[in-house]
Amino acid sequence: MARASEQLPGDRSILAAEGVSKRFGALRVLEQVDFAVAAGEAVGIVGPNGAGKTTLLNVLAGAYAASAGTVRFRGANVTSSGAAERCRLGLARSHQVPRPFGGMTVFENTLVAASAGGGLRGATACERALDSLELCGMLRLANRRAESLGLLDRKRLELARALATGPTVLLLDEIGGGLTDAEADELVGAILGLRERGIALVWIEHLVHVLVRVVTRLVCMDAGRIIADGAPEAVMADAAVIDAYLGQGVA
Amino acid sequence: MSARAALAIRRWTPLSVAAVGTLAALAAALAFGPLFLDANALDRLTTLFIYVLLATMWNALAGYGGLVSVGQQAFFGIGAYAAIRLSSFGVGVYPALLLGGACAAALAYALSGFALRLRGGEFAIGMWVLAELLHLLVNLDRLIQGETGTSLIALNAFSPEHRRDYNYWLALASMGALVALVFALLRGRLGASVQAIRDNEEAAASLGVRVLATKRILFVVAGAGCGLAGTLYLATSISFQPATYFGVQWTAYMIFMALVGGLGTFEGPILGAIVFFLMESFFGATGIWYLVGLGATAVAFALYLPRGLWGTLEERFGLKLLPVGYRVAGAEGDGPARGRT
Repeated sequence: MARASEQLPGDRSILAAEGVSKRFGALRVLEQVDFAVAAGEAVGIVGPNGAGKTTLLNVLAGAYAASAGTVRFRGANVTSSGAAERCRLGLARSHQVPRPFGGMTVFENTLVAASAGGGLRGATACERALDSLELCGMLRLANRRAESLGLLDRKRLELARALATGPTVLLLDEIGGGLTDAEADELVGAILGLRERGIALVWIEHLVHVLVRVVTRLVCMDAGRIIADGAPEAVMADAAVIDAYLGQGVA
Repeated sequence: MSARAALAIRRWTPLSVAAVGTLAALAAALAFGPLFLDANALDRLTTLFIYVLLATMWNALAGYGGLVSVGQQAFFGIGAYAAIRLSSFGVGVYPALLLGGACAAALAYALSGFALRLRGGEFAIGMWVLAELLHLLVNLDRLIQGETGTSLIALNAFSPEHRRDYNYWLALASMGALVALVFALLRGRLGASVQAIRDNEEAAASLGVRVLATKRILFVVAGAGCGLAGTLYLATSISFQPATYFGVQWTAYMIFMALVGGLGTFEGPILGAIVFFLMESFFGATGIWYLVGLGATAVAFALYLPRGLWGTLEERFGLKLLPVGYRVAGAEGDGPARGRT
């Protein structure tokens, strides 16, 4: 079985969770999770429903405070920082269910990200917003009210907005979920574009065939723990992963 | 890439430049009002300026910031009370009126740490509770003599004619300055951030928006505006009864003006204030039927014209006189007739 790699201070990791636990009342959702991402790396996270994937992402992004453990980002301890502060440091995320700013235009959605998260002003912020929309194939929709978008475009907007903050690490939560294969392919094109820019990715996804086209490392979670971590082929062949997630006869 | 190069950000249109120019010219002309308007017209316009100020403040909070407050009368009342208190300490009466607005802003700042942690309905009702609490606290001040109230007697140092002119100028200047300030804030970084918070607070935070600090700016500015409106109302009526100034009807009027004009549009509440002003001018003397008419009008708008007068015009014709948003010229729907949503 592939083991979670030990992360030591001073290693190459840009984002790390060290011994992170998360409880909601009596419910233990994360148990002593150690997880790290190197600069520019692309990591996929898979696992059955309720494994704690989204909770891990929320703790990494600062949406939830960890019940125990430490989160480090770019060498700093950010455990007590909120989501907004982590975003301004370069840690961006997308949401599983898209959360567009419905009353604003698509362009204004990305402009908020460029100015608040990216710290840019004036024409520079506008340029960043337009660049992000272009990379995600949304330029022609720039003047549309975000509430009028369909699911694929809402997912694209999640991506464009996160990108406009100028992240060094991007956390993606099932951005391919609910899309057809053709639509997911389009999104993969945009996400590969992010990799070329050197942005590290942590990507939760059930569409494993989509995921492995982008990521070079796969992590499998089950019941709040990481049960496998390594090269995608090795993780997919791991007996514990087959048992917990894929089911017999799938691998 | 060529598609990208052809795009430009457009914020002003010839129409909106003309509109702002016209409004500035109108404000300048109104500044000479005491030279050519009779006493009644000056009094009525002073009231209209107060209404425009209140409507713009409530719209900034609720329409742009999503902060639906049912307790803005707290600032209206505190502004007036502070002016009376300051005047009793020997501060000149007109400086005291201006400082009353500043005191309301300070109160908003003090309350913001608590109030802005509340969300949605909790915030709305929580503000009402705070307003009632402040009403009771003000009643404890012996100077006010409980619900009997008191008067800003220092105003009697001025002749009624001079007082009328000064009140008119003060109201015009306050309205102009606060409306311009809100317009500038909403066009700036703050505007996009508050709208993002309104539409989804968690998503806004995840994109780096400082949620509490951003809301606080809006809340303090709205507190200052409502406080100034309270002191202006005091300047016109002289007498101060706590129940009148801390009455929830002030917030009801603000909601009426914003909803009828068009919540979340900059122009709408100004139009709504004019509608409210006209209704009051023509039907205000009919007492209870006037209030019934206001209620019926609000219900009719909620049912048949939920975007309000200006919101409907804007939707139909893409009309924007005071634009706070952005259009991407060259992308689809950048013309005046923007795509129906």
